[in-house]
Amino acid sequence: MTHPAAAPAGAASLTVRAHGNTVALCFAGRLDVPAAAALWPATLHAAGDPSRELVLDLSAVQACDTAGATLLLEAERAHGRAARIIGAEARVAAVLALVRPANAAPAGQPAPALRLADRLRAVWRSAGDGLAFLGELMLAFARAPLRLRMLRWADVLRAADEAGVRAVPLVLLLGVLIGLILAFQSLVPMQRFGADIYVANLVALGVVRELGPLLTAMVLAGRSGSAFAAEIGTMKVNQELDALATMGVDAMTMLVLPRLLAATVMMPVLTVLMDFAGLVGMALVLTGFGVPPVVVLHQVAAALVPLDFTGGLFKACVFGLAVAAIGCRAGLATGVGPRAVGQAATSAVVGGIIATIMLDGVLAVLYNRLGW
Amino acid sequence: MSGVAPIIDATGLRQAFGSRVIFSDVSFTVQAGEVFAILGGSGCGKSVLMRQMIGLLPPLAGSVRVLGQDMYAGAADIRTRIGVMFQAGALFGSMTLLENVMLPLELLSDLPYAARVAVARVKLGLVGLADSAGKMPSEISGGMAKRAAIARAMALDPPLLLLDEPSAGLDPITSAGLDRLILELRDELGITVVVVTHELASILAIADRCLMLDASAGGVIAQGDPRLLAAECAHPTVRAFFHREAVAGPSRTRGA
Repeated sequence: MTHPAAAPAGAASLTVRAHGNTVALCFAGRLDVPAAAALWPATLHAAGDPSRELVLDLSAVQACDTAGATLLLEAERAHGRAARIIGAEARVAAVLALVRPANAAPAGQPAPALRLADRLRAVWRSAGDGLAFLGELMLAFARAPLRLRMLRWADVLRAADEAGVRAVPLVLLLGVLIGLILAFQSLVPMQRFGADIYVANLVALGVVRELGPLLTAMVLAGRSGSAFAAEIGTMKVNQELDALATMGVDAMTMLVLPRLLAATVMMPVLTVLMDFAGLVGMALVLTGFGVPPVVVLHQVAAALVPLDFTGGLFKACVFGLAVAAIGCRAGLATGVGPRAVGQAATSAVVGGIIATIMLDGVLAVLYNRLGW
Repeated sequence: MSGVAPIIDATGLRQAFGSRVIFSDVSFTVQAGEVFAILGGSGCGKSVLMRQMIGLLPPLAGSVRVLGQDMYAGAADIRTRIGVMFQAGALFGSMTLLENVMLPLELLSDLPYAARVAVARVKLGLVGLADSAGKMPSEISGGMAKRAAIARAMALDPPLLLLDEPSAGLDPITSAGLDRLILELRDELGITVVVVTHELASILAIADRCLMLDASAGGVIAQGDPRLLAAECAHPTVRAFFHREAVAGPSRTRGA
């Protein structure tokens, strides 16, 4: 019985001949990548019957590359036992001989998915590393007066410029928008009770005590926490951190402290700007709804006490310190490979946001206990 | 050999960056089944010449014909017929080695998935990385990355392989293994191989012919069988290169 199993693919074709207990796959033409693509299913299907002897007739094969040889060897594998190869030219036989050991090599196992226990262990280890980082950071702060030469003030100013000055437009824009939205959303229901002038009290307290520091910290985490992580991470990938270590320079003092100082100083400044912009946004809405500006000013002055401002600014300092520390830590913990820097930046942003919200909760409880 | 069209036919190539001329009037041919080495010291334009050959850097003057087609005449399919290994491997960091090798097969062939896996495993097996198919590029050594990059360059069984500094930074044993692999590819599969290198041992072991560039001469200073050049060439830079001698700098030459 003879039948063509596949139409010619370019110059290659396959004819399947079955005689009693033997099935012969007769290839012709060039066995290359396009031929392998065209003949693959038919070849494996025809070779799949282990009850018959498999013969690979290569007498009409003009040339064979590694893809073609792989096709022949996979046919043998699908058959389950060795095939009889006939008519192969010396060059084709040489390619088969070259590819056979490679095809027979044990397949590398893909990396197994991390089990839950491994993941928990990784989280535990990461928490331990974080704690160690905190310890090193405190040590670096304590030693800083003795290592002032390593603390480069130009780096502090550059980090302050990037984290603070360049964030001013974004902070002002966000502040105005938040003030506008909060005021508008509060005004509509409160007007029904004739309490529209108290919108100023509500927004002023909300922005100055809570939203101002919180949103500024989000901006810092998104802009600067990720930048710190990417910058330090790239230095680590390029072995610049190793170079510093071999020079006897402490990376904590030279790289982390300047960024921490810059973020801790600039956060309260940005928060003041965010508060101010938020109050301006609120005032725009209220005056648009007919509340005189002097009334708005009076209500704000009545609602806020200095402790609201100082409490907010203290929060800002804490958030700035946390966001910068998490960003730097993510950079120092960067792994190897091009993806590592991106992962470090992501973990800096996510970690910064989570830490900010958690610290906000802790400080809210603390302020409450202190009666602020 | 005269009647057979060359695999690479470069004529009058010139490249400059600003006012700095890297080389000019570089002409050479590479015949089918040859291992052709491009040699020269650092900064002589070896990698620039390779970028011109693979279609990444149009020459300021001259032409490059690869497999009978002009590299810069809009024939995009020619790039699927050449395999390139970059100096640092250029493996995709987000993919395993197997996926790296499967990528050209996936994008540029009609092989079904099982066939792509099988072919990619064979290529990794040929370079001795069958056991590392599931590893990420970040988990392997520099030598393994170079071998994986060769496997990826060979994915589509191209008739022409261009390898940029395949032995640079490798230990002698790994380097010798790569040399053997290159010769096997040439001998068993008939692949033409162009190697950009300045590894002397590797050049003498594998190259049938070579072309030597020199920064101060601004172009080609020698072409031919590297063993003959090493033995007979009178050009001082060529002699210095093959005999590992220091060449006097311009200031000392003036002073001499």
